[in-house]
Amino acid sequence: MKALVWHGKQDIRCDQVPDPEIEEPRDAIIKVTSCAICGSDLHLFHNYIPAMKPGDIVGHEMMGEVVETGSAVTNLRKGERVVIPFTINCDECDQCRRGNYSLCEKSNRNGKLADTAFGHRTAGLFGYTHLTGGYAGGQAEYLRVPFADATHIKVPDSMTDEQALFLGDIFPTGWQAAVQCDIRRTDVVAIWGAGPVGQMAIRSAILLGADKVISIDRLPERLSMSEAAGAITINFEDESVVERLNELTGGKGPDKCIDCVGMEAHATSHLDSMLDRVKQATMMESDRPHVLREMIYVCRGGGVLSIPGVYGGLVDKIPFGMAMNKGLTWRMGQTHVRRWTDDLTRRIDEGQIDPSFVITHTASLEEGPGMYRIFEQKQDSCVKVMLKP
Amino acid sequence: MNASSTLVTSRPDRSLTKTDRVARGLGWFSLALGLTELVAPGKLGKALGLEGKETLLRAYGGREIGAGMWALSDTPAPAIWARVAGDLVDLGTLAYGLKDADEEERRNNFIALAAVAGITVVDLLTAMSLTAEQSEQKGETGRDYSDRSGFPQGLDKARGGAGQQAVPVDYKVTATEERTREGQRELEPA
Repeated sequence: MKALVWHGKQDIRCDQVPDPEIEEPRDAIIKVTSCAICGSDLHLFHNYIPAMKPGDIVGHEMMGEVVETGSAVTNLRKGERVVIPFTINCDECDQCRRGNYSLCEKSNRNGKLADTAFGHRTAGLFGYTHLTGGYAGGQAEYLRVPFADATHIKVPDSMTDEQALFLGDIFPTGWQAAVQCDIRRTDVVAIWGAGPVGQMAIRSAILLGADKVISIDRLPERLSMSEAAGAITINFEDESVVERLNELTGGKGPDKCIDCVGMEAHATSHLDSMLDRVKQATMMESDRPHVLREMIYVCRGGGVLSIPGVYGGLVDKIPFGMAMNKGLTWRMGQTHVRRWTDDLTRRIDEGQIDPSFVITHTASLEEGPGMYRIFEQKQDSCVKVMLKP
Repeated sequence: MNASSTLVTSRPDRSLTKTDRVARGLGWFSLALGLTELVAPGKLGKALGLEGKETLLRAYGGREIGAGMWALSDTPAPAIWARVAGDLVDLGTLAYGLKDADEEERRNNFIALAAVAGITVVDLLTAMSLTAEQSEQKGETGRDYSDRSGFPQGLDKARGGAGQQAVPVDYKVTATEERTREGQRELEPA
């Protein structure tokens, strides 16, 4: 089959690889009908996430049709349409029973490595580092789904691939980011990053009843998409984020702050990010946490910082004393996808939201590596790439 | 809207261009040369007629290592331009070394001059090519997406449409008067 394969830093190729096979009784194979390039795929592309190996198949946003099931999978039939969550969950362990699916204790087949790296293991993820199991990803024609009886979202016939695909990652990720804020009707919610997750977080904050949603980015096309959902926008290349946020909140600061940027904050717009970039290049720091610093500084006392943006390792100069003295609550983590998807599927089906608004580019799998460069360099007003294997 | 294949690189099935690969090679070369200049400036100085300039050669080594690491990053173009500038400084320094060189040093120096001149051409072509690739903006920027609300029933209906029950109990973090009163009641003796 054809698949997008990681060969090293900025080196993704469309290769011919062996088809996946059933390995365990709880496995299923799906024929991928649609997949997407995620912002966190760019962290792998830039080699900021450790423990990738040349030959790894990438991609963790995918959906398709079931073509084969293992002997223990009784709730999936051939031909059924499913979205596959990027977090693999067993539904049996203590963390899964608590709804903490991204912390599943059984699905990471490199659990001991993860125990060493993280202190305690996290769930297996598709198309990601070997610290999270090193499972083949879904930017491919076929995908093996481990724990498939638990790791799937059934798609109603009425729903198109474009509407359903993002149930696997960015929609629940933006949703969990907003839910973590416990938004009140008087809240001002500031969201850094107007990429795909930022766009989903904006719409989730609106649905959850925020008084004001403020979107921070530098790209006019992305800010126009934020405005479409009713957000007030701040272009950080044109104005001071801190000054503008204080102005919009009567000097109090936003009640809730969401970091949809993560480890690769824009490197040339702020002095601290430039220094982070140098440290990153000289391997003295792994992440560029400009957004974290700015959120801690500007957030209202007693406020909440929600962090769906991916961080990979070590960050410097975090004003933790400021966070402690202001009594900020931090909520973060990989998304517990399955926890939210029944509710979100219903919301799409009822027409409350249609996540397909975010797709700006559709291409074939063969064009995928080139689309990584387009997406990386934010060319052609690219916000979200959907691939059709 | 669909991206046409004219948007992607000449080899759409590969993300890394030939120029990227040359830039990486120059990055590794820079690191190797920089380490040599740092570790063995005496031997290098003697061979090139630059005896007594060990500190200068070490400084050049530091510069090469910095440029090498930058060239291996995901934004190599500035580093390759920095190498071009460094090459010109190197050429000047080597030319200066010819002044008091004996015959053997002079021969070595000419070989080094030729090598640096060659690498300067490679650096210059690579830097120009990387800059051209970056500045060649593919497609239209600043497109207007203000018609993409994502709310089929309209923005007004979407506001607060999810309801407070959408937030599970274990995700509640905000203190409110009601919740504070609930907490106080729990603390009161029965």
